[in-house]
Amino acid sequence: MTSNLLSIVLFTPLAGLLVLLFIPRENRTLIKWWANLTAAAGFLASLPLLFRFDRSAGGYQFVEKVEWIPSLGVSYFIGVDGISLLLVMLTTAMGMIAIFYSWDAIQTREKEYYAMFLLQQTGMIGVFVSLDFLLFYIFWELVLVPMYFIIGVWGGPRKLYAAIKFFLYTLAGGVLMLLGILTLYFQHAAQYGRYTFEITELMKLNLPLGLQQWVFWAFFLGFAIKVPMFPFHTWLPDAHTEAPTAGSVILAAVLLKMGTYGFIRFSLPLLPRASSDKTIVTALIVLSLIGILYGALVSLMQQDWKKLVAYSSVSHLGFCTLGIFALNEAGLAGSVIQQINHGISTGMLFLIVGVIYERRHTRLIADYGGLAHVMPNYAIVFAFAMLSSAGLPLLNGFVGEFTILQGAFQANRWWAAWAVPGVVLGAAYLLWLYQRTMLGEVTNEKNRGLPDLNWREWAVFVPLMLWALSIGVYPKPYFEILEKPVAEIVHRVHQTATSVAQAPASGLEAISR
Amino acid sequence: MSQYYTATDHFVLLPALLLALFGCATLLFDFLVFPDPKQRRWLLIFLVLGEVFAGVAFWRQQQFLLEHGGSLAAFRGALVIDHYALFFHWLFLAATLITGLISYRYLEVRDEHHGEYYGLLLIAQTGMFFLASGTELVTLFVGLETMAVTFYILVGFLRADKRSNEAALKYLILGSVSTGFLVYGFSVLYGISGSTRLGDIAAAVAARDAWDPVLVLALATAGAGLLFKISAAPFHMWAPDAYEGAPTMITGYLATASKAASFALLVRLFAGPLGPARESWEPLLAAAAVLSMTVGNLAAVTQTNTKRLLAYSSISHAGYILLGLIAGSPTGLKGVLVYLLVYTFMTLGAFLVLTSLARQGIAGDDINDLRGMMKRAPGHALWMLVFMVSLAGIPPTAGFIGKFYIFWALIETGHYVLAVTGAVYVVVAIYYYFRIVKAIFVEPEEAEAGPLTVSLGTRVGLAVTGVLTLVAGVYPEPFLRLAQMSITR
Repeated sequence: MTSNLLSIVLFTPLAGLLVLLFIPRENRTLIKWWANLTAAAGFLASLPLLFRFDRSAGGYQFVEKVEWIPSLGVSYFIGVDGISLLLVMLTTAMGMIAIFYSWDAIQTREKEYYAMFLLQQTGMIGVFVSLDFLLFYIFWELVLVPMYFIIGVWGGPRKLYAAIKFFLYTLAGGVLMLLGILTLYFQHAAQYGRYTFEITELMKLNLPLGLQQWVFWAFFLGFAIKVPMFPFHTWLPDAHTEAPTAGSVILAAVLLKMGTYGFIRFSLPLLPRASSDKTIVTALIVLSLIGILYGALVSLMQQDWKKLVAYSSVSHLGFCTLGIFALNEAGLAGSVIQQINHGISTGMLFLIVGVIYERRHTRLIADYGGLAHVMPNYAIVFAFAMLSSAGLPLLNGFVGEFTILQGAFQANRWWAAWAVPGVVLGAAYLLWLYQRTMLGEVTNEKNRGLPDLNWREWAVFVPLMLWALSIGVYPKPYFEILEKPVAEIVHRVHQTATSVAQAPASGLEAISR
Repeated sequence: MSQYYTATDHFVLLPALLLALFGCATLLFDFLVFPDPKQRRWLLIFLVLGEVFAGVAFWRQQQFLLEHGGSLAAFRGALVIDHYALFFHWLFLAATLITGLISYRYLEVRDEHHGEYYGLLLIAQTGMFFLASGTELVTLFVGLETMAVTFYILVGFLRADKRSNEAALKYLILGSVSTGFLVYGFSVLYGISGSTRLGDIAAAVAARDAWDPVLVLALATAGAGLLFKISAAPFHMWAPDAYEGAPTMITGYLATASKAASFALLVRLFAGPLGPARESWEPLLAAAAVLSMTVGNLAAVTQTNTKRLLAYSSISHAGYILLGLIAGSPTGLKGVLVYLLVYTFMTLGAFLVLTSLARQGIAGDDINDLRGMMKRAPGHALWMLVFMVSLAGIPPTAGFIGKFYIFWALIETGHYVLAVTGAVYVVVAIYYYFRIVKAIFVEPEEAEAGPLTVSLGTRVGLAVTGVLTLVAGVYPEPFLRLAQMSITR
């Protein structure tokens, strides 16, 4: 069964979904139990990936490849390297936590809710494990429909607006990315006489810089909207704010990472010359820096607790893209670790908003104050999450941000210099938020007598806190897992960028039809 | 068998003969043998029987072609059977069968259940036969008119309904004008070649310059007539009204089979004999395609009537399919076929859901009528979701495969601007398809109503169209092979 391990991880949620469809909708308890069992099974199934993963070996592991649509050269080709392994683990873990948290939070149409969640799990895992570009694209789009429903049906007051905005934005990037994919597909056939979407094959392509740049911008639209990078971020505050808590957690923790992952897996290795082109790198770094500072400044201004957390994502993801386009080992490794960290920390922050929202049904910061007196445990958890997000040493956020800044400094000290205020501002808006909501006297009578965390909430937070702490104290395993794949990508970008390889003879004639 | 009607002629013509025979027999039997309205089901069975016979004849033709390869010409080059034609014949057969099966209860509820309905469906399909198989202008024209005239009647079949009458009249008048254009174009083609056979026309066209004024005149007029039939802008005016007024299943039939038949002729004409003049017709068709996508998608956004919305969406789909012809490469032509195939399934499926709702006493014409459908008919609702996602072109549904081919062909042939335009309109399309999805799944029901019942015919129809929409999305290989075979000459 070892050889099919990755497929099992990929399709466990889908299999669970198919069974779920046959549970009558009135039997709510069974539906919830089944969804939780499926999510837990998905997580457990993904654990062996971690243990059996060979850190010293490069390339892709747990590879499976079956021909799927021979007429188009599409294959079911999946596998993971260190980068995707970590993101798959993040997906299965956060998925389990989000589904568990939904137990009480979702009271209507449970069957559809959990069905959508499970479908989305398969879509997200699929994005991270696909080594065939079309397969990747299919999973990429597959994620949109369930998230549309999760926001649109179970979301807040402006849910319909937020849901369709999310859908339209990401789809717009997606279809333009498809044109880029098709260009590579066609060029590969022209050079090698074979139609294929396998990224290992597409990497052999030798394209002139001009064409690479066009394709890069097509990919950029797809990925940058998903990340989201400034100025494509405007869907994010709406979607994150209106989504139900578990939806926000998955959106922030996993969905955004699809964009950064896309840059790492596809843009850099497939388009090395464009990715190291000075204009493009500068443009992306500038957008990242704007994202970092702008996201932080806008967070400072927010009246709405959840929106503040949403905007903080723009800032944090700016660090991730900054790390990627520093184009060195430290930047890239830091970026991946920061993606995991952001998943944990921002996931926690959204859960924290969710906890209080369920008790008080308001998200306005002004409605709170002095909650630490009423809910001491809650205040402790919040403090932990806040410090982890703000990048306190010994917690996870520090490791990621520090490594990214190190990479940025190596590449260009001014980049690092401009990013540092983002760290400071990050601490500022979080601490200020904490001060306004938790500290001082209880200003609002309605906040008195609120119950503290219940066991289910503890059960959600404790693993996340432990995870955050473990990364902060002992990040070495993460760096070890990332070392090989990151080195491969960086090597590829720099090597191909400098050498002018011979373009192979035209292969179009060789395509036999 | 004489020299005017050889065994080959008979073999090629047989399916059309059978269809026409069963069609006419249905008309006669309606008042001679089964005068009692309760016996109408026999006429439906007659339709099925006619399709079975025609299907056997098609199957034998297919076997013949598989064994001997190539194509089989008959009537001295007036008719031809090749894989390309057979591809369309199977499509028409499936569409007619599904339409017939689903209409039964709908017509009963609307109190317009008449036997000639089934006869007309068969006769329309006979016309389509000549459109896909004809290689001679007069044959093609007669086929086109046979199909068109039956459709004028079918669109106005709800005699007591004002909108249906209006739709039929508009369709008739505008359709006649377009036919005039088409005949004019045909006559010019005859003028420059001295023959009505496509083979001779091809030689005459190839001998002329692409910008030869007479040739451009022929292209423009014949093109306009055909663009009308496929409801491409700027000749789309009739579509929203006709689609809205027609009986719902006929709307589906009009949007799929009639459009596919016209595309069969359009592609055979423009990719075949008119191919050498590509330089002059490409800009014309490209303009029509872009305009269709623009008008179709933008107008659909504001529609509140589901049938009108789908009418505009079908205009935009015509634009996408045209793009495949504009690309013109083998990939593009395959794209046209694949797109038409998946488009037929998903569109018929969507109209099937609407038909089923309409006959439950819910009008189903206003988008708001669909509210709360998830609660009352979850099966319908989920299939409708599949159809909408597929129409929008989101993987892993069939619609994506169609769009994929079109984009691929455009990139392959360097039509980047058209590719980007098409891609941008996918985003617009999502918005209005998801207005339907939103009504079904998200918006609250206005009035509480009991659960819907679903008849066996609907179940079968939904299962066929829905499963094919999903299968063609998840495992399209057999369909792609079929398309590949159909364009290989």
